[in-house]
Amino acid sequence: MNVHEYQAKALLREYGVPVPAGALATTPAEAEDAARSLAGGVVVVKAQVHAGGRGKAGGIKLAKSAKEAKHVASEILGMTLRSHQTGPEGKVVRKVYVEAGSEIESELYLAVVLDRSAEKLAIIASTEGGMEIEEVAERSPEKILTVTVDPNVGLAAYQVRQIGFSLGFEMDRIAKLEPFLQALVRLFVEKDASLVEINPLVVTKSGDLVALDAKLNFDDNALYRHPEVAELRDPDEEDPREREAREIDLAYVGLDGNIGCMVNGAGLAMATLDVISVCGGSPANFLDAGGGADKDKVRDAFKLILLDPKVKAILVNIFGGIVRCDLIAEGVVAAASELGLEVPLVVRLQGNSAAEGRAILAGSGLNITPVETLREAGEAAVAAARVAGK
Amino acid sequence: MSILCDKSTKLLVQGLGRMGRFHAKLSIEYGTPVVGGVAPGKGGQVIDGIPVFDTVREAVADTGANASVIFVPPPGAADAVLEAADAGIGLAACITEGIPALDMLRAKRALAGSPMRLIGPNCPGVVTPEQCRIGIMPAEITQPGPVGVVSRSGTLTYEAVDQLSRLGIGQTTCLGIGGDPIVGTTFIDALALFEQDPETKAVVMIGEIGGSAEEEAAEFIQGQMKKPVVAFIAGQNAPPGKRMGHAGAIIAGGKGRASDKMAALEAAGVVVSRSPAEIGSALAERVPGLKP
Repeated sequence: MNVHEYQAKALLREYGVPVPAGALATTPAEAEDAARSLAGGVVVVKAQVHAGGRGKAGGIKLAKSAKEAKHVASEILGMTLRSHQTGPEGKVVRKVYVEAGSEIESELYLAVVLDRSAEKLAIIASTEGGMEIEEVAERSPEKILTVTVDPNVGLAAYQVRQIGFSLGFEMDRIAKLEPFLQALVRLFVEKDASLVEINPLVVTKSGDLVALDAKLNFDDNALYRHPEVAELRDPDEEDPREREAREIDLAYVGLDGNIGCMVNGAGLAMATLDVISVCGGSPANFLDAGGGADKDKVRDAFKLILLDPKVKAILVNIFGGIVRCDLIAEGVVAAASELGLEVPLVVRLQGNSAAEGRAILAGSGLNITPVETLREAGEAAVAAARVAGK
Repeated sequence: MSILCDKSTKLLVQGLGRMGRFHAKLSIEYGTPVVGGVAPGKGGQVIDGIPVFDTVREAVADTGANASVIFVPPPGAADAVLEAADAGIGLAACITEGIPALDMLRAKRALAGSPMRLIGPNCPGVVTPEQCRIGIMPAEITQPGPVGVVSRSGTLTYEAVDQLSRLGIGQTTCLGIGGDPIVGTTFIDALALFEQDPETKAVVMIGEIGGSAEEEAAEFIQGQMKKPVVAFIAGQNAPPGKRMGHAGAIIAGGKGRASDKMAALEAAGVVVSRSPAEIGSALAERVPGLKP
């Protein structure tokens, strides 16, 4: 789960990480008040959306006075921000964060992530702050230091020194880095984060370390024990269909194509997208109905798929390991007639009681093409979408 | 021969909820002795004919169990893994989906030095055809033969096994290593076991987007494997930044793309099937003579 910058900074502040003073605003007047409360000087007005690249997209602007902050906020609020991370449709800005300006000496990069290969936490540090770390990794990997931390042991003092020296710090600044880094690791572990990224970390002209921008992601599997984190979810930032899917416990990801997919199991669901693509078609979604898909799940899944107006055909791909395909077939027939399904339906049932399932589909009188193999499923779905699209 | 489990396996079930009981029954029907269950507070009861114990230690002492299948819900699952290791269990398969990543990270580090092999979590378990079923796989689609199958997915494993069986190609052992970011047994561990198993003549490996386990496996195959490997990578059409069902299946920070994994495996001499529908036929073509 992602959170906004202002939420991330509030959490960082709670953990003792220095962040600039700031306040949230949802109207230009609020932005003006916020700027005034920040004791004058330059303020930065920052669009609050879940996407990087906000600066280049015109979502971050400087203001020299409270009045100017109001004006700038009126430009940013309500705009559709388009960056390389938002996709072409962009994101509507509903909130801005008004923050005191910082006197910047240098910009650095720090992050804590879960290192899957090392099976530890990893702290990533770079002198190339303010740029995307992927870009730095590609262009100048020698400027990135990775230090791995065993969560059962914690971050050691020598590791802080390694990181500090790699950032060009002297011992006095390393003394400031130590509590900063320890706080990031503590936040990561205590809140079950999956990413804590400070980019840029700035060294101010007075020599202090400040988290100028922050990105936090959290492990969805651990939200049950962090209600205070789960509360930070902003439904406006989610794809409405993905939100709906989450609420009914289906894994769904919207895509650009026109073949709706309903599959049991994540791996087979991904492979179904792949087989459609190999057959020359284009999937409209990823949908994993789970290993124990039943009649209700099938109906919920159909409803969700049909919310997408691009869908010209639906492919149901079930490998009945333990679940019986005849029961799934009954669920498909019931859902299709109940929902008055108009798009053609290709159903592949394989495994447990598959023949009985196919017989039920064939005898239903509905516009259902039963198929047997994965390849047939891909070919039939692509053909059905082509015919329906004409 | 086989890897991980065979006729000598004596299985415990940790977590006797609806799913644990259902799959214990299927394992018994397949001929795998389920010698006990562990459900704290229910020790002394007999559920579905299975004697229940409060702790894994008691269960092991009383039954001589050497393997465990874990169905404990996410908040207690990592704890169940540690309890199995502490009790001297040799092989534990954790089926539970939804365990916090940091719980598994800590548990895995705590298992360093323990002789227990952990499979999963978030996995379908392991089947040695006609010998042993641990987990939730539909064992009927398997048949004994010379091919090792290892996969990060559940239903896609069944798909691949089914394709093999329909071609008359049997399996030594079918293993799902799980779709979470941190898993007990990695591709490399599984490939090493298959490489050492005299009955296994070839390996089918099914990877997916996210992480770099497939790239690491490619390096291992190139350096240390003589047996042929055929692979499929799921998620060639997955958009970056989106979690595709499995907690570990996400392209993040430009890493974990299917194309990179396929290229790494091909460079290591692995035949990579573009289509998930041709995994079995790709293997039959690459390694003739696998049918009895």
